[in-house]
Amino acid sequence: MGTRHYRRKTSHSEHGPGDGGRTGSWRVERPVFDRNLCIPCKRNKEACFICWLFCPEIVISRTIPPTVDLEYCKGCGICAEECPTKAITMVDEAKFAEEDKE
Amino acid sequence: MHIIEDGNAAAALGVRLCRPQVIAAYPITPQTPVTEKLSEYVEEGSLSAQYIPVESEHSALAVCIAASSAGARVFTATSANGLLYMHEQVQWAAGARLPIVMCVVNRAVGAPWNIWNDQQDSISQRDTGWIQMYCADHQQILDTVIKAYWLAEKVSIPIMVCYDGYILSHTFMPFDLPEAGKVDAFLPPFQPDYALNPREPANLNTVTLPDVRVDVHGELAHGYMEIRYLLQEDLRLALAAAAEMERRFAGVFGRTADPYLEPYRCDDADFVAVGLGSLTYQLRVSVDALRAEGIRVGVMGVRFYRPFPDEAIANALKGKKSVIVFEKALSYGYEGALASDLKSALYEYLGGTGSLPTVQNFIAGIGGREIHTQELTDTLRAATQARVSKEPVWIGLKL
Amino acid sequence: MQQAKTTILSLPTGEFVHPGTRACTGCGLSIAYRVGLKALGPDTMLIVPPSCLTVLQGLFPVASTKLPCLNVTFASTAAAATGILATLKAQGNTHTTVAAWAGDGGTSDIGLQALSGAAERGDNFIYFCYDNEGYMNTGVQRSGTTPIGAITANTPFKGKLQQKKDVPAIMAAHHLSYVAACSAAYPLDLYDKILKCRDLPGTKYFHIHIPCPPGWGYDPRYGIKIGRLAVETGYYDLYEVVNGEFRLTAASEKLVEKRKLVPVREYFRSQSRFKVLTEEQIADIQKQIDDKWEGYYKKSD
Ligand SMILES: Cc1ncc(C[n+]2csc(CCOP(=O)(O)OP(=O)(O)O)c2C)c(N)n1
Ligand code: SF4
Ligand code: SF4
Ligand code: SF4
Repeated sequence: MGTRHYRRKTSHSEHGPGDGGRTGSWRVERPVFDRNLCIPCKRNKEACFICWLFCPEIVISRTIPPTVDLEYCKGCGICAEECPTKAITMVDEAKFAEEDKE
Repeated sequence: MHIIEDGNAAAALGVRLCRPQVIAAYPITPQTPVTEKLSEYVEEGSLSAQYIPVESEHSALAVCIAASSAGARVFTATSANGLLYMHEQVQWAAGARLPIVMCVVNRAVGAPWNIWNDQQDSISQRDTGWIQMYCADHQQILDTVIKAYWLAEKVSIPIMVCYDGYILSHTFMPFDLPEAGKVDAFLPPFQPDYALNPREPANLNTVTLPDVRVDVHGELAHGYMEIRYLLQEDLRLALAAAAEMERRFAGVFGRTADPYLEPYRCDDADFVAVGLGSLTYQLRVSVDALRAEGIRVGVMGVRFYRPFPDEAIANALKGKKSVIVFEKALSYGYEGALASDLKSALYEYLGGTGSLPTVQNFIAGIGGREIHTQELTDTLRAATQARVSKEPVWIGLKL
Repeated sequence: MQQAKTTILSLPTGEFVHPGTRACTGCGLSIAYRVGLKALGPDTMLIVPPSCLTVLQGLFPVASTKLPCLNVTFASTAAAATGILATLKAQGNTHTTVAAWAGDGGTSDIGLQALSGAAERGDNFIYFCYDNEGYMNTGVQRSGTTPIGAITANTPFKGKLQQKKDVPAIMAAHHLSYVAACSAAYPLDLYDKILKCRDLPGTKYFHIHIPCPPGWGYDPRYGIKIGRLAVETGYYDLYEVVNGEFRLTAASEKLVEKRKLVPVREYFRSQSRFKVLTEEQIADIQKQIDDKWEGYYKKSD
């Protein structure tokens, strides 16, 4: 099957997620959240969300608790570095690979 | 209405009749009067368009590319180094399939500086994917501009309307200025397949891969190569669209013309001179003189140079003894581009038939060197007697 | 009227960029772009020349940005904005915002002529120069805004020998209604400035400092820290020039009250690209920074 009947004759892109593929597979370390330290979790009300603001991949939800879309999280560690309460730790992916096996 | 104006005015009047919405231009001789006129029309209110005085030709075409991508009918004009400065954008406009119409007022290119006429500028843009139409008089300039908008929008390919600097741009000739209503009947408002807009967002002309790739709907989309192939395919199909263009134009304006060629005394000719632009009208004088001497010679203007009307040309030259190509440009290091193109068309259609004409190539008028009609006549006469040279021969050279 | 400052909690949650882009891990541009687009909103048309942003925005036929975008040649960004604006005018559209986003090479070097032309014509759009201080897309070569002392692929051993070109000052010299210097490390300052300038006439110019892990040489997790350090050392200032009036903003404004800058040495030592900067050179730059800030202090007194 070729592209003869494709509806465009030019380079005309439409938007959708994951143009770069599953960018989570680039990750060496994974952010792990400690709810006991996370401000909005502790107060059970909207607060802080610094991790949400600075995540370059837009994969942290602005929710209580904040969650990460691991499909696309590249593991940069900015969230962990910027979290004022050190609620996020970057953990070696190898550890999860072992867990997945078990 | 018949009026007497110069060639640049003919272009500007033609453009105004086509109601472009965005005009961007940068001054360069001999193009300047076209765009000055258009700025006058806009300021006096006889043309409702955005006139953008840009800071370079690169930007002139950038404005046209963006404005056209957003859905406007656009116009620009340039000459010589201005066209060369646009080169990147010229390629871009074709790849983006934008129906831009640009007048190229032909002029020599530097170095050294020279502001006079030849056609090295537009010929050097031959391979960019634009349609190129050449004009030989003021009526053709005006008519070609109008036709060009129709065709460009029909096939989504930009068009250069080329005419000789000074010889046409700055000389006065009578021509018919059609009524606006007729032009409106011929040329409907521009309706692009897609125009950039926030309600239907698209990202246009980003990096496109060597191979095909699936889009967000799961359909297989082109790679770069398919997009470029379709440009070539549509350029070839534009030959048929040009014939439709002429039929429709004749229907509305009553002026008929062959879409590709403009033959003069060619029917019974053994020898045919071929060229682009105003030179072919000057050659008519030589043809008449040689006919009086009993030499069966004609001249044929090529009006539609890209896409190249190879079949029409080969048919028109079938049975001729020699084709004598006069050019105001050349592919340095070889010969005139038109001569090469002709040879390839003749070889394709007449090769092996035993009636392949010889092709001779003369280079004239480079950098505005005056072309004396007597010189043309003598050259043409000599070329009918024997093949003058395998190499292109420069006439009027004083070495 | 003073506009209320946006906070993380009041920042709109709607996104205009999809996850899963091709930007590097920890890319500062991703942060600035995301927040910038939130401020621009859905009724916006974008123009992007070749740069990291081209790649971030996705390869045909998939786009990662939910706004219409015209990709253009490297030198023609601002002229393309003019072209879109002209069409909008012809169509009677007075509501859509036109915004160009280009890298520092695409702005300070090859695109400067077109930008100057559009600014001089007063074309009504917002131009964003995201300044990662080099030609990153082609593999980290020096640009007009690469700072002195930075090692790049074509200043490989000695580092760049020349000063950073001050593009916001060049743009301010065009008498624009709005010029701003921002940083990816201060996204809310960027956001508020965009809201503030939107209704001002003519061309608006934004310069955004963009930490870039592969180009600057640091562990991606420290990107925001480094961007902040550039500001806290007084090396890169956040400011706006509104109709010719210069004013420091956000953290830079606070530094005037504090009167205490972090030594710039800390900034330089946080990135491997500055490893050839000698202590004397750093002292020299520290002196220039101190002099600049003396000026700010005097002005505020
Ligand atoms: C006319 C032209 N020259 C050179 C290039 C190659 N090129 C593409 S992207 C790029 C670097 C862009 O650098 P910058 O504008 O600083 O953006 P960044 O990549 O750093 O985001 C270059 C040099 C080009 N595309 N067009
Ligand atoms: S930055 Fe830390 S404390 Fe704040 S919301 Fe994120 S995880 Fe919780
Ligand atoms: S900031 Fe980086 S590590 Fe944290 S969630 Fe986002 S991509 Fe993953
Ligand atoms: S090179 Fe720098 S600016 Fe470019 S995508 Fe990577 S991190 Fe972002």
